[in-house]
Amino acid sequence: MTENEVSKLILDIIHDIAPDEDLSDVKPEVRLRDQLDLDSMDFLDIVMELRKRHQIEVPEAEYMELSTLAGCVKYLRPKFEAKAAARA
Amino acid sequence: MRWDVVIIGAGMSGLAAGIRLAHFQKKVLILEQHAVWGGLNSFYKKGGHHFDVGLHAVTNWLRPGYKGPRVPLQRIYRQLRIQPEELALEPQTHSYVIFGDARLRFSNDLAELTSEVSRLFPKELDGFVHLSERCAEYPEAAADTTPISTRRMLSEYLSDPLLVDMLLCPLLYYGCASEHDLDWEQFVILFNSIYREGFCRPRRGVRQILDVLKDRYESLGGEMRRKSGVAELRVTDGRVGAVVLESGEVVEAEVVLSSAGRVETARLRSDHPVETGRPGELAFTETLWLLSQDPKTLGFDGCVTFFGTAPFSWARPDQPEDLSSGVICVPGNYAHQEPLDRHLLRVTHLADHRAWVGLSGPAYDEQKALWIERSLDTVARLGSDLRPYIQYTDSFTPRTVVKYTRHDHGAVYGSPDKVKTGRTDLSNLFLCGTDQGFVGIVGAMLSGINMANAHVLAGAS
Ligand SMILES: Cc1cc2nc3c(=O)[nH]c(=O)nc-3n(C[C@H](O)[C@H](O)[C@H](O)COP(=O)(O)OP(=O)(O)OC[C@H]3O[C@@H](n4cnc5c(N)ncnc54)[C@H](O)[C@@H]3O)c2cc1C
Repeated sequence: MTENEVSKLILDIIHDIAPDEDLSDVKPEVRLRDQLDLDSMDFLDIVMELRKRHQIEVPEAEYMELSTLAGCVKYLRPKFEAKAAARA
Repeated sequence: MRWDVVIIGAGMSGLAAGIRLAHFQKKVLILEQHAVWGGLNSFYKKGGHHFDVGLHAVTNWLRPGYKGPRVPLQRIYRQLRIQPEELALEPQTHSYVIFGDARLRFSNDLAELTSEVSRLFPKELDGFVHLSERCAEYPEAAADTTPISTRRMLSEYLSDPLLVDMLLCPLLYYGCASEHDLDWEQFVILFNSIYREGFCRPRRGVRQILDVLKDRYESLGGEMRRKSGVAELRVTDGRVGAVVLESGEVVEAEVVLSSAGRVETARLRSDHPVETGRPGELAFTETLWLLSQDPKTLGFDGCVTFFGTAPFSWARPDQPEDLSSGVICVPGNYAHQEPLDRHLLRVTHLADHRAWVGLSGPAYDEQKALWIERSLDTVARLGSDLRPYIQYTDSFTPRTVVKYTRHDHGAVYGSPDKVKTGRTDLSNLFLCGTDQGFVGIVGAMLSGINMANAHVLAGAS
């Protein structure tokens, strides 16, 4: 799974939670919270959607890994790949 | 079958909680005693006409393109994955607070109210501006804080008792369960909901909102059973072990979320707990008239008109109705793109539940007819006499509210003793809606969302 693919899955989730946000130009290194209008309840929903859609668990102690898009990709890509490997 | 969650009540809070839970793949069952859903803001058909039970105003209007601190409707849209277009809310034009000759006009722009305060109460302008700034600080509702008297807090900002009464009147009518005064935190929430954000409604009325909620809930796999009153919560080992329906059927659930009310829920328990919460005392009557003429031409141009006399009494009256204050709502005055196809005016007064709940048959009908006439006289003093234009009249009383929603005393805002955490002494029984402390359409939906998150989804993995 490429970085772009992981990034798209995350943006899909954010789009469903906050359809009024413009996601066409999200800067990977800038905190999501600083460029999008997302609050802590929205972040919790991102975590819950990861569980619902991709059966990926993010323990509370690791939530801060998700603060930027680049962080999300770095942290989640191995998890997505482990899932894919398990399915294969 | 064992359910993850059983929700008692298909009102706004139960439906919102149901959507949240079903979205995250919980097996949810909503049990509603009435034949229709919606609870206190339901709908019915009478004399060939469709009516909403309530819906004067959806509070917390969210301006398209709004940027700023998170406001309640945004949270509801996001948490329930609803698009604003689905609720199709359209804003008010303007509303009034009228006390004798003093008339404050307000709208969904706080600046209008500020300039009205400066026109009528010039000495109070600075205090009012400070008050509204303080309210803008949006405190997140804290759990179980000690109540602070709003009247005492307001005395730090305002000195004219007439202005205090006029500002409080809409807030008390739209969300205060306790007599005389309200908790400061609740005041701030209501101030922002009503004066800062403002009023709106869907052209189709409450059906628009309820259709969206019910369709969403069911499309996510949630199940709703109507005419399925809960008769008993069977308690074993500090938890609800089983939910017994009036039909005798028994259902089991990991968690029970009840919007039936604090005292009402406790009464369903098989272990008969000592209940310290008091039932609500504040009840209303509401009369609605279909008219042959546009209310605007009869002197009623506001969307909502709150009226009263100073000193304003917010208490259970000592007669069947207190006509010295009330709320008039004209749905057709909202800024709807397409005008409504009928002329409707509704009026609400505080009522003494004791005078109504025990009546039945002809005595009840007579009492109703008498007070409708008196209410017409009251309304006439604020505009013109509606009598020549009336095509259809319907009215309901605290007795009606008890019958259809089972709230003790027909108290629309429930017990004055709220349970902000939603917790009970049972490990899997939680309250949502009215007695959790959030009232009104928007408040009830938020409560359902918050309680589902806090007590079911947060601990889930
Ligand atoms: C006339 C009127 C006008 C109103 N106007 C407005 C307005 O303009 N704007 C606004 O924001 N708010 C308005 N409200 C207030 C608003 O309707 C309520 O605050 C809100 O709907 C409460 O929702 P809820 O889910 O907390 O409770 P409810 O709507 O009361 O839901 C509780 C549900 O539980 C069910 N139930 C109770 N006991 C049992 C049992 N044992 N078994 C099964 N089911 C049970 C009841 O039948 C009910 O459907 C109005 C209310 C009334 C009565």
